[in-house]
Amino acid sequence: MVGTVQLDRPPPRKRRPRRELLPYFLLLPAVVLELLIHVVPMLVGVGISFLRLTQFYLRNWSSAPAAGFDNYRLALDFNQAAGEALLHSFLVTLGFTVLVLGFSWMFGLAAAVFTQRSFRGRGLIRTVFLIPYALPVFASVIMWSFMFQRDTGIVNHVLIDQLHLADQRPFWLIGQNSFYSLVIVEVWRSWPFAFLMLTAGMQSIPQDLYEAAAMDGAGVFAQIRWVTMPMLKSVNRVLLIVLFLWTFLEFTVPYVLFGKSAPEQADLISMHIYQNSFVTWNFGTGSAMSVLLLIFLLVVTVGYLAVSSRGSDNA
Amino acid sequence: MHRFSLGPRKLLGLFMTAAVIAAACGGAATTTAPVVSAPVVSAPAVSAPAASAAPTAAGAETTLTYWASNQGTSLENDKQVLTPELDKFTQQTGIKVNLEVVPWSDLLNRILAATTSGQGPDVLNIGNTWSASLQATGAFTQFDDATMNQIGGKDRFLAGSLSATGAAGKPPTAVPLYSLAYGLYYNKAQFAAAGITQPPTTWGEFVADAKKLTTPQHWGLSLECGSISENVHSAFTLSQQQGGAFFDDSGKPTFNTPQNIAAIKQYIDFMQSDKIVNPSNAEYSNGTEALSDFAKGKSSMMIWQAASGSLAQLGMNAADIGVAALPLPDQMPAGGKKVTSMVAGINLAVFNSSKNKDAALQFVKFMTSTPEQEILNKTYGSLPSVSEAYSDPAFQTPAVQLFKNILATSAAPLPAVAQESQFETLIGTAMKNMFADAASGKAVGDSEISSQLAAAQQQLAP
Repeated sequence: MVGTVQLDRPPPRKRRPRRELLPYFLLLPAVVLELLIHVVPMLVGVGISFLRLTQFYLRNWSSAPAAGFDNYRLALDFNQAAGEALLHSFLVTLGFTVLVLGFSWMFGLAAAVFTQRSFRGRGLIRTVFLIPYALPVFASVIMWSFMFQRDTGIVNHVLIDQLHLADQRPFWLIGQNSFYSLVIVEVWRSWPFAFLMLTAGMQSIPQDLYEAAAMDGAGVFAQIRWVTMPMLKSVNRVLLIVLFLWTFLEFTVPYVLFGKSAPEQADLISMHIYQNSFVTWNFGTGSAMSVLLLIFLLVVTVGYLAVSSRGSDNA
Repeated sequence: MHRFSLGPRKLLGLFMTAAVIAAACGGAATTTAPVVSAPVVSAPAVSAPAASAAPTAAGAETTLTYWASNQGTSLENDKQVLTPELDKFTQQTGIKVNLEVVPWSDLLNRILAATTSGQGPDVLNIGNTWSASLQATGAFTQFDDATMNQIGGKDRFLAGSLSATGAAGKPPTAVPLYSLAYGLYYNKAQFAAAGITQPPTTWGEFVADAKKLTTPQHWGLSLECGSISENVHSAFTLSQQQGGAFFDDSGKPTFNTPQNIAAIKQYIDFMQSDKIVNPSNAEYSNGTEALSDFAKGKSSMMIWQAASGSLAQLGMNAADIGVAALPLPDQMPAGGKKVTSMVAGINLAVFNSSKNKDAALQFVKFMTSTPEQEILNKTYGSLPSVSEAYSDPAFQTPAVQLFKNILATSAAPLPAVAQESQFETLIGTAMKNMFADAASGKAVGDSEISSQLAAAQQQLAP
């Protein structure tokens, strides 16, 4: 076949328009798959959010009665229990995301700077740093949940039995502390990703820049401030938005750590929507909440990209 | 030349057509999952085993798919118990059974996914409290009188167990397979050491005994305070004793009533003010931790369904295991019912989308036949659902007699309304959070419980 194609070099003028269509034909399967796998289910979800879809209509959910904006009204009426719970969950998730993003980025940057210069054992340290990211989520989070147990967990064993920091054994998996436990586990899981991205970004910074900066009398911190950071700008731009989206939508970690119903103080929005749709069988409201979440994330992402790309144009 | 030159393009066209068709087929499965953000757990919609092949005239090639629930000590254990029985069925009827044991944490999601997609098993186990909720979906074959006769008739089943197979006044949506009830398990040796001769019969005695048994290292009672289902089951029983109800006769929710508040308060107070439950129990949620504390002697009592088998496996001395009916209030409140347990158990249902309904009903008949009921319930430590099976000497022990008696006289079914599973989740979760507050020293009083109940009722799907 290859041979025939080569032999069949057409007279240029005549066939050019058909040739130009070829790339689009090649793209077609991808476009169709993208539509079927991403766009259609999304539209179906939007459609469901306007239905009163409870267990009565599960078997044939196209027969569910229209609900108009009722599901949205329910989700956004903050004086009612459902809306209030959604708002609470949204704020918890926002706080969680900010903390996780901040700590993961800081740890990632510190570790990347630390391993930037070559030294003996650097490869080993880099590997060790990446372990949390490489472990299966379920296995590592279940380990954390054992560690956080009140009576038998190692956290309380160290804090109370060894160090005597408090009289009462604190709870880590219920109550207010459950939020901090969740942040700790999530930071532990996601900072290696920041580390990986930043390390990769630093590889491409030419050594000359540091040498020049050193000649000008810049110390370590000045070099980070004036050489490393500006050169990492584009990496940071991607890293922050990706981490933000992952963290905001985190489901597996709280699900494994707390089981089906998370404590109120650590009720992340994905879990909350899951509860509302699967556990209480109220798929219409669940979809409405998903759509609201989608709109919020779209606004944040578009806004972020607009602001950050304007910055890079000026630079 | 010319002919060849068209070759690749034609091929390309063919390839793309194939790709589009393949994509369309794949997509059809994808779109059946109803929720955009469907999390990891919802995946079974697609991977649910395909319904078995169409029945042939001879019936020799029929294969049923059966989802069993986890009744033994592990999924593997269930397979070992069930496989020889299924082989017997194949020998008798020539119908093959494809067994899958589904863990409890996935079962309801799997059923919902199967209902939505119409791609389910032929026969499956369900928790009997889900009956009315699942009945509302119309996913299961109704056991009307004609169908009942096909499997041996309605009268073979225990009346109590049959009361938890769907909404009142409708044909059952499933038939009882294993029956269970709650009892108060107590450690005989520890009771004797504390000078207590009889298990408590009133809650006043119960708390007094438990206080006597509680020391800084030991607790009178252990509870699964983080378990949604354990919480809501206890709330139901205690509310019945108070004369309360979570749904009125017309099926309207009545969560926020003084009786329900009193019932939940009583349960939370075991930890909060009676201090007979270790606050750490607020973390117990996987359904094994309170059991293991009791088996290891760390606590003297627990409220549990048939547990002798599991306790023996955890190494508890059989002579130390005592079981009695749950206590009643010292003075029955007005309208209070002498209910000491919910009607617990596992039901067997047939999917409406099954292409082998006759074979499926034969299988149901087999599983509820007297010999199989004897074998399976003996192994699992549960109670037979058909009265004939009780003639077996294995079911003449005091413990089995006690549970049979509870089921016959003092057990009530959970509300048989379509919103039952939402009710379980909402109330059970609210109680889990209340226990978390109580454990960390935050007071849980009547007003807190009342507002939680009001909020739970608001979230019930209208």
